[in-house]
Amino acid sequence: MLTLQCPYCGVDAEETELHAEGEAHLKRFGPGSSDDEFETYLFMRENPKGVHFERWRHSNGCGKFFHAARSTTTLEVFGTYSAQTYEPPQDIKDKISAKYPGWSWRDFS
Amino acid sequence: MSNAVSALEKTSFEGFAKVSETGLRGMITLRGDLSSKPVKDAVIASTGAEVPDVRRMSRGSIGDVAWMSPDELLIVCDYRAANEVVTTLLAALDGAHALAVNVSDARAVFRIEGDGAREVLAKVAPVDLSTEGFQPDDFRRTRIAQVAAAFWMNSDDSFEVVCFRSVAQYVFDVLKVSAQEGGEVGFL
Amino acid sequence: MSTRLANGGRLLNKGKQLHFTFNGKQMTGFEGDTLASALLANDQMMMGRSFKYHRPRGVVASGAEEPNALVNLGTGGKFEPNQRATTTELFDGLTSTSQNHWPSLEFDVGAINNYMTRFFPAGFYYKTFMFPAFAWKHVFEPIVRQSAGLGQVPKDRDADTYEHFYAYVDVVIVGGGIAGLQAARAAGASGAKVLLMEQTPHWGGRAPVDGGEVNGKPVADHIADLVAELEAMDNVTMRTRMMGAGVYDHGYVLGYERVNDHTPMNAGPRHRLWRIRTKQIVTATGAIERPLSFAGNDIPGVMLASAVRDYVVDYGVSSGDRTVVVTNNDDAYRTAIALKNAGLEVPVILDARAMGGGALVDEARAMGIRVENGKGIAKVKGGKRVTGVAICMQAGEGAAVEEIACDAVAMSGGWSPVVHLWSHCGGKLIWDEDQAHFRPDAGRAPTNQDGVGFVIPAGSANGPLDLAAVAADAHEAGKAAAKAAGLKATRKAAPKAGEEPEQAMEPVWMMPQGAGPELRIKSWLDYQNDVKVSDVRLAAQEGYESVEHTKRYTTLGMATDQGKLSNINGLATLAGQLNAPIPAVGTTTFRPPYTPISMGSIAGEARDEVFQPLRRTPIHQYHEDQKAFFEPVGQWRRPYCFPKAGESHADAVKREINQTRASVGLLDASTLGKIIVKGTDAGKFVDMLYTNMMSNLKPGKCRYGLMCSENGFLSDDGVVARIDEETFLCHTTTGGAERIHGWMEDWLQCEWWDWKVFTANVTEQFAQIAVVGPNARKVIEKLGGDMDVSKEGLAFMEWKDGKIGDFDARAYRISFSGELSYEIAVPASQGRAFWDALMEAGAEFNIMPYGTEALHVMRAEKGFIMIGDETDGTIIPQDLGLNWAISKKKEDFLGKRAQLRDHMTDPNRWKLVGLKTVDGSVIPDGSYAIADGDNANGQRNTQGRVTSTYYSPTLDCGIAMGLVHNGPDRMGEVIEFNKVDGSTVKAEICDPVFYDEDGEKQNV
Repeated sequence: MLTLQCPYCGVDAEETELHAEGEAHLKRFGPGSSDDEFETYLFMRENPKGVHFERWRHSNGCGKFFHAARSTTTLEVFGTYSAQTYEPPQDIKDKISAKYPGWSWRDFS
Repeated sequence: MSNAVSALEKTSFEGFAKVSETGLRGMITLRGDLSSKPVKDAVIASTGAEVPDVRRMSRGSIGDVAWMSPDELLIVCDYRAANEVVTTLLAALDGAHALAVNVSDARAVFRIEGDGAREVLAKVAPVDLSTEGFQPDDFRRTRIAQVAAAFWMNSDDSFEVVCFRSVAQYVFDVLKVSAQEGGEVGFL
Repeated sequence: MSTRLANGGRLLNKGKQLHFTFNGKQMTGFEGDTLASALLANDQMMMGRSFKYHRPRGVVASGAEEPNALVNLGTGGKFEPNQRATTTELFDGLTSTSQNHWPSLEFDVGAINNYMTRFFPAGFYYKTFMFPAFAWKHVFEPIVRQSAGLGQVPKDRDADTYEHFYAYVDVVIVGGGIAGLQAARAAGASGAKVLLMEQTPHWGGRAPVDGGEVNGKPVADHIADLVAELEAMDNVTMRTRMMGAGVYDHGYVLGYERVNDHTPMNAGPRHRLWRIRTKQIVTATGAIERPLSFAGNDIPGVMLASAVRDYVVDYGVSSGDRTVVVTNNDDAYRTAIALKNAGLEVPVILDARAMGGGALVDEARAMGIRVENGKGIAKVKGGKRVTGVAICMQAGEGAAVEEIACDAVAMSGGWSPVVHLWSHCGGKLIWDEDQAHFRPDAGRAPTNQDGVGFVIPAGSANGPLDLAAVAADAHEAGKAAAKAAGLKATRKAAPKAGEEPEQAMEPVWMMPQGAGPELRIKSWLDYQNDVKVSDVRLAAQEGYESVEHTKRYTTLGMATDQGKLSNINGLATLAGQLNAPIPAVGTTTFRPPYTPISMGSIAGEARDEVFQPLRRTPIHQYHEDQKAFFEPVGQWRRPYCFPKAGESHADAVKREINQTRASVGLLDASTLGKIIVKGTDAGKFVDMLYTNMMSNLKPGKCRYGLMCSENGFLSDDGVVARIDEETFLCHTTTGGAERIHGWMEDWLQCEWWDWKVFTANVTEQFAQIAVVGPNARKVIEKLGGDMDVSKEGLAFMEWKDGKIGDFDARAYRISFSGELSYEIAVPASQGRAFWDALMEAGAEFNIMPYGTEALHVMRAEKGFIMIGDETDGTIIPQDLGLNWAISKKKEDFLGKRAQLRDHMTDPNRWKLVGLKTVDGSVIPDGSYAIADGDNANGQRNTQGRVTSTYYSPTLDCGIAMGLVHNGPDRMGEVIEFNKVDGSTVKAEICDPVFYDEDGEKQNV
């Protein structure tokens, strides 16, 4: 059972306090977008073995959504960060690079 | 108002610690920018307490103020004072972007008292309740068994737990199992 | 025979005799006994029968690894099967029965299987139950069911309580033997917060039995010193009767504490499951002795050498008068020496090693014990008890060179570290050639959330077996754990133990080495599941090369003991047959828990009344008092109907509807979600949430709205009230309140975080009561107060604050029934009083409460959709004819883009219509409208389905809503719906509004 530190209230929350909210950094496409763009937004998801970026919510806690970067294989957590950003912070990316040189995930690397 | 009753009307249970429903309490949800001057001033004006630090509770002459999230506070006061606190808050906020609403009736409050109070909670909440981990005026939102709840510590052997009114009976029953005679753990 | 000795028994309080029963027979033991030691003391060596062949089985071990001595404990609400006698502490009044036999332990009909072993090889079930198909149901299954299983299934409710406990520490140490104590001392001295747990009631493990000296003192004294030192440390918690059950991701450990198993008369929980988060874990879990594979090694009286020693030293019990010791290592000589010291006979030690031995061997010889090198057991003689052994050359094929009479055999095939907890979360193993065992590969520990190792093996769990190495290794492990947990390692000195040089063991996987089929078929690997050397070899021959496949094919290691004794011997046998090195074959996966834990402890407090949270409205007690029939709606319990004495539910629903439509009814609508949305961007936000335009709603007005997911599918609906310029109150469905609040927060926190909007879920702040029916206004007016609820004062789709009677109320003129209706919210604490006031005021109108079923029928009569009935997560509002609620002016709303996808605009989508049965009957729930012909799978084609179907008391016939292909264009057409019995029911397609189409009744 995972523990993730909520970046808003600082609690090292175990999974029973959290709710998984799917993939991180999705870009919304609304009316006016092409079928391909919209399909990508709605359905196309990463399924990596290794580095992954996710959304979580501290649902039995402060209620805030946040981002987490972790490895799907070792469950190592590289960091959690604000939901109000379009990409992972540099220090987390650096931490991942130290462990997985040459990693990439969607447009991030 | 004269007809107002709390969920369990002050039911209590005595095990290795005492669990009791406290009766109606005033509670106000305040959402806003906690670092902004209007919110800080409004909190002091309406409660006498400062905006608390993260996961802490600050005490005031009219009400106590708990940190719920980066943009939310919970004001705890006398049940009859709640509407007036909201009025004072709204007046002091003076149009700043914020939301203040009386939620007193949406809640139930329990007090857990006695030497084993920490252990009663530690059986049902995934929280470090050791003396190093939890101190008076610490405030924590978490779950009690299967429902969302929050609690804070008044003194070393007294906690107060707040949950939604609809699950008051559930939380009370769970705390009763937790506080049952012979269930002392001797760890905390 | 096995019996109690006059001397010995370091764990016993011989001053306190205890009474217990086994299979109804009265027996006595002492305080400190386990059930197994007490049974042995009463000459009850045979404790059960095996699973497959029903062979007589005696106790083999003295601890958690025991495969045979499983018993039923207790009676009634305290009955529990499959309890190991070796880990069951004796208490006064204990009752136990043996398992897996009929009619009795001594005489078991099922033992016929034993004489059929030739016909029950590995994979028997797979091979036999294949054909013919009917035979499984009618022949095999009844037989298997009759004979399967070990213990019986408890029939009564569990009378005990259980609980969880959350603990947070720096270092967890599993195992309270010399290694665990030593590691705890080192970690504790570093200042770490340490939790040390030991599964037995005693500290020190087996060191006091095995002897030796540490720091110049006898090891037992050293242990007493350590325990005293640890007890004095505030930062160290010591718990006995607590097993490290499992190690999981991110430093999560389950500790299984058996609080009252030994004191069932005490108050408090029976078991407590500790849910621990720790920075580091030290596994000081010791090692388990391996049996040897020789013919007849399962006959009662054949035991592990260490167990024989434990029973003598710990409990003052002899396992037999004459014990043959058979071994491949020096350690078993300790057993021979202990037996001799207790005045018992050891006719011979059979040492499979061809040459010599260490100091212990010399000591045994000096005591006059006969030692035979290079010898082994060809076979054990006896049935329900060992009567003797045939001795052979280990290097040969089993020709007996001598027979020796004895009534016990103490065997030792070497020791295997207990690597379970190390392995649970991914710790890797390496094969140690010298000791012939798998041990933790320290460089490949399981890693935690920081990507660093968090489990450190210590003592014999890490490989070393002699006291000096164990103590030193554990001291280092404790230091390392404290350091890894972020503390400064202690400078305290490591313990120094006297060395007793032992000669290396030699692996023996088959005794004798060249044993033929006749011997192999009697050489047991897995006692509990009756797997023999011959079975594993057969599996290999049949192509099961993977150890995981062999396990499942033969059931090796699949019993309740999970192969603690059998795994290494089994996979060595497999490796031998495959001609592969043992590490290449590998082990099966170690999964938690270490030994079975009670289901009660897993459930914790969650049983009976608190199995699940049950949400109650402020008016719930009224419903209970009226004996309402409840239905679950999410976690709420809502009254389905309020049957009067002798009334059926259907009749109650009919009465409630008729009364409401004729006069007035009350509905407890408190469960509806109520969410405040406030801010300067609130209008913009609700326009995104709802398909309709909401921002132009005027304060004081209400509007029904629809919410869709980004897939375009209908997700929730409800009435929105505009409170003021910046504030909306959004009503959601009962089940949707938390979900929709989360949905709002998701968009506000993660997409439109610059919008000035706050939300608050105030669902439970209010008790909300719907006063419904032509007399609703009269009832409210009768209560008085300052609120004008006249047609003009509070028009349809308006809301207003004010006093109704003494109550601060907010009234909404909205209707889900088609009648004149007010939904009135008052503070929850006054909800019950308000309800009672309404009931009193409505008495003259024969007011009565109605339940959710009446609500459903009345809304269906009006053609109102219900989320979850008309919708199922694949329905868009357009399917339901709700185009009027979809704004064409708005550029964007959640779901808009999806509703433009070609599948969503397909004219062939089934559309909502009303359905009226031709014969007045009710269409069954879930019916499909059938169409001509069959599909490719030979199933009848369909052209629609029913979404809601009821008997309508208002129309006195069956009505339904359904989705039908081209439905709205087919008004008046009669189509057929299938019924469960294969027949069909005809229904006419009609407008879904069956009642008061012009809406005059609600707007009066």
